[in-house]
Amino acid sequence: MHEHDEHEHGEPAHTHVHADGTMHSHVHTGSHEHDHHHHHAGDAIDYGAGPAHSHAPGMSQARMVQIERDILGKNNALAADNRRFLAEHGIFAVNLVSSPGAGKTTLLVESIKALQGTLAVAVIEGDQQTSFDADRIRATGVRAVQINTGKGCHLDASQIGHALEHLAPADDSVLFIENVGNLVCPAAFDLGEAHKVVVLSVTEGEDKPLKYPDMFAASSLMLLNKIDLLPHVNFDVKRAIEYARRVRPGIEVLEVAATRGDGMTAWLAWVKRGVEAARERRRDDVARLKRRVAELEAAAATKA
Amino acid sequence: MHEMALAEGVISVIEDAARAQGFNRVRTVWLEIGRLAAVEPAALRFSFDVVKRGTIADEASIEFVDVPGQAWCMKCGDTVAIDERGAACPACGSYQLQVAGGEDMRVKELEVV
Repeated sequence: MHEHDEHEHGEPAHTHVHADGTMHSHVHTGSHEHDHHHHHAGDAIDYGAGPAHSHAPGMSQARMVQIERDILGKNNALAADNRRFLAEHGIFAVNLVSSPGAGKTTLLVESIKALQGTLAVAVIEGDQQTSFDADRIRATGVRAVQINTGKGCHLDASQIGHALEHLAPADDSVLFIENVGNLVCPAAFDLGEAHKVVVLSVTEGEDKPLKYPDMFAASSLMLLNKIDLLPHVNFDVKRAIEYARRVRPGIEVLEVAATRGDGMTAWLAWVKRGVEAARERRRDDVARLKRRVAELEAAAATKA
Repeated sequence: MHEMALAEGVISVIEDAARAQGFNRVRTVWLEIGRLAAVEPAALRFSFDVVKRGTIADEASIEFVDVPGQAWCMKCGDTVAIDERGAACPACGSYQLQVAGGEDMRVKELEVV
């Protein structure tokens, strides 16, 4: 008789291997109750069949243990917690990623200025060191929390969770998370955001979506920034978009120049649509809960 | 490098399993790494060797299990094997591909004592 412990949902069948080489499988049907017991009648326990091929009294034998767990499981669970928190408060969260110097902070500062009064904004900043970026955001009057990762190269869900506690963003607001400037590592880390938005500036070259495919594959929207500089650089806009669509079919693309204002209306419209969607979802959730409470109260009343 | 964070993730999975399944030492860790996953196996092995010290995986070695990349080709209407993101369909040459597999990184199984 033995018990089975935690394993991932969604596995249709898996096997457990015992030290004596026997295996048994489980098929998971509807319920996910994991406290099931098994009884093997007539098991032969053969000490000679184990990897050591003999049994020295007092020495444990090696055995195989099936795990089948995502390496990023813990981060993903924390990201799901963040996502739940954001949904409950109707907050639209965007994870801004790019290489250093693509223009994320300037884009945020200009976006905040343009949104002033129409939308509540909060910002989480990520950098190895300094609070330069959070300071620039705070100068616009918006609240910002600066995360310093030290030697770290990306933000993770745990850091965002703590930052949210400090920030306490308003209901129905937009949360911009400016990730560490890095076109590689942040791609793998879900923070609980609604979208990753990759900022590629025209001084960086149109080949970046293929050279750094993971980041572009993980993004819903690509902002081609600094288009006011196009006359001065060899940047093939069409090719950049074609490459981005190769690694992320259907990726949205907006061309902007944060300092000069080009394309900012379209970008802010995208943000506002996201905010409205988050608000509506929260309204629907609240309405559904209210209906459910009413049902329960009515049921309780008829019983009384 | 983010492989350090991933190596810590592996240790975390191992420690959870040790609590649940009751073992004291890990000899070997099998990691299933998809060919399209955002990780460099050599860097992960190096990072693991650093973070495993002082844990129940202190003397554990890593074995990688390769998982091929897969994508749905919209032109072929079929699943095809790809080696990297941005690659063309090996059958028809189209770039209209949607990645369908080979992106994950998992702790598959452990040899424990």
